[in-house]
Amino acid sequence: MEIEESFLYTKEHEWVSIEDNIATMGITDYAQGALGDVTYVELPEEETEVDQFEQFVSVESVKAASDIYAPISGKIVEVNRKLEENPSLVNKDCYGKGWIAKIEVRDMDESTNLMSADEYRSFLETLEH
Amino acid sequence: MSLETSLHNTPLVEEHIALGAKMVGFGGWNMPLQYESILAEWDYNRKAVSIFDCSHMGEFVIKGDAQETGLDKIVTQPILDMPVNTCRYGAMLNEQGGVIDDLIVYRKGQQDWMIVVNAANIEKNAHHFRTQLNPNAHFEDASFRTAKLDLQGPQSRDVLKVLAPGIEKLAYYTFGHFQIAGIPCLISRTGYTGELGYEIYCAWEKSKEIWQIILQDATVKPTGLGVRDVLRVEMCYSLYGHELDEATSPLEAGLDKFIDGKKEFIGRQAAFARPAQRTIGYLTSISRKSPRAGNIIFDAQGRRVGVVTSGTFSPALQLGIGIGFMAHPVADMGTDIFFGDDKAKTAAKIAKRPFYKGGSLKS
Repeated sequence: MEIEESFLYTKEHEWVSIEDNIATMGITDYAQGALGDVTYVELPEEETEVDQFEQFVSVESVKAASDIYAPISGKIVEVNRKLEENPSLVNKDCYGKGWIAKIEVRDMDESTNLMSADEYRSFLETLEH
Repeated sequence: MSLETSLHNTPLVEEHIALGAKMVGFGGWNMPLQYESILAEWDYNRKAVSIFDCSHMGEFVIKGDAQETGLDKIVTQPILDMPVNTCRYGAMLNEQGGVIDDLIVYRKGQQDWMIVVNAANIEKNAHHFRTQLNPNAHFEDASFRTAKLDLQGPQSRDVLKVLAPGIEKLAYYTFGHFQIAGIPCLISRTGYTGELGYEIYCAWEKSKEIWQIILQDATVKPTGLGVRDVLRVEMCYSLYGHELDEATSPLEAGLDKFIDGKKEFIGRQAAFARPAQRTIGYLTSISRKSPRAGNIIFDAQGRRVGVVTSGTFSPALQLGIGIGFMAHPVADMGTDIFFGDDKAKTAAKIAKRPFYKGGSLKS
């Protein structure tokens, strides 16, 4: 199970990487593995506002659709259009080319509601037992 | 853990776990969902050859004359004219004309029959046969001593004829008795994928040996129930619990051609007397977004006209596909519809069956 050390995580298995005030987000290695082959990503509209932990994307695998939640509040400034043609990027490179959206962070304090890599690793261990 | 221990295991459960399968409960059985990934397994099946463990399915043995035992009255398909060593798909109905199960009848001899049924329905079906067959009939539920391995795909014949010489002569929906490494098997040219394929029935305790021998051929890959469902939806084959159940008539479900209109069978009158209010239809999404079981079907005006019973992403079409029940005129080919719920709807079109037309089924 791959975990990016510098990223922050949610209990719903989204990751977020914040640089300046832009948060890039996607789903974790654990999430893509559990979903299986991703066949469709329903991207959010740019320029819309989302609240932390609000459902704003859905990711479909061959057999099921799953809700994805915003890891942090803010305005969606960019979405990964490459996923429209090539949703399998989420499986192949979930922390890199498989990113889903970029959010202009409204309130940096919300990052305290997220887990560090170590905390997420411990959280995953609790799921396995 | 209690859930896992309450599930039945097939004789191959250790093989699946050793191959790294993701296991899942299905119809009361602990089954491999996938070994590698559904898309990779789709390729193995449609382009080469793959093997499924279907030992969870039920097999009943009935001995006696089809009419004298009452067997002919239990199943919807004609069976009196079946030559020995052929099989025929059909169903059995309750008194209300609903489907108790869909099934395949194998005629092993003039008075020797094997009935293959769905795993989740084994007990219910056995009860139905025991109560409906005449006392002179010999009935045995052989489900837990009979394993079934499905070898499916365009290269299945090439692989199997080396192990079981003579299978290359089997025509579609016929079977014969063969040996694989000295183990007696009944092999039929049948399947649930739309590809050329064989179902291999053997003794429960011998199935592991056959599984291993077949997988020694590097062209054969194991495939799970995940891709099996995708393959059957691409072919528009019904799955009990989705397109078929005790409240659904076989006519609504599109099984007309598996019903003998000239004979008497349980549920016949009720099935024919019911006004057909809905019919089965097939839909293709305009995008990769896929219909899912339980989605509402809306017409172009936004009216609720049906419900999706099975839905998946189709690797063949690279689009979402689905099966559902809908009001009659809606099910006409080419009609514009939507699927989803009141909040979000996706455009789709009514399609002609099957979605996947390139299969090697009859090659």
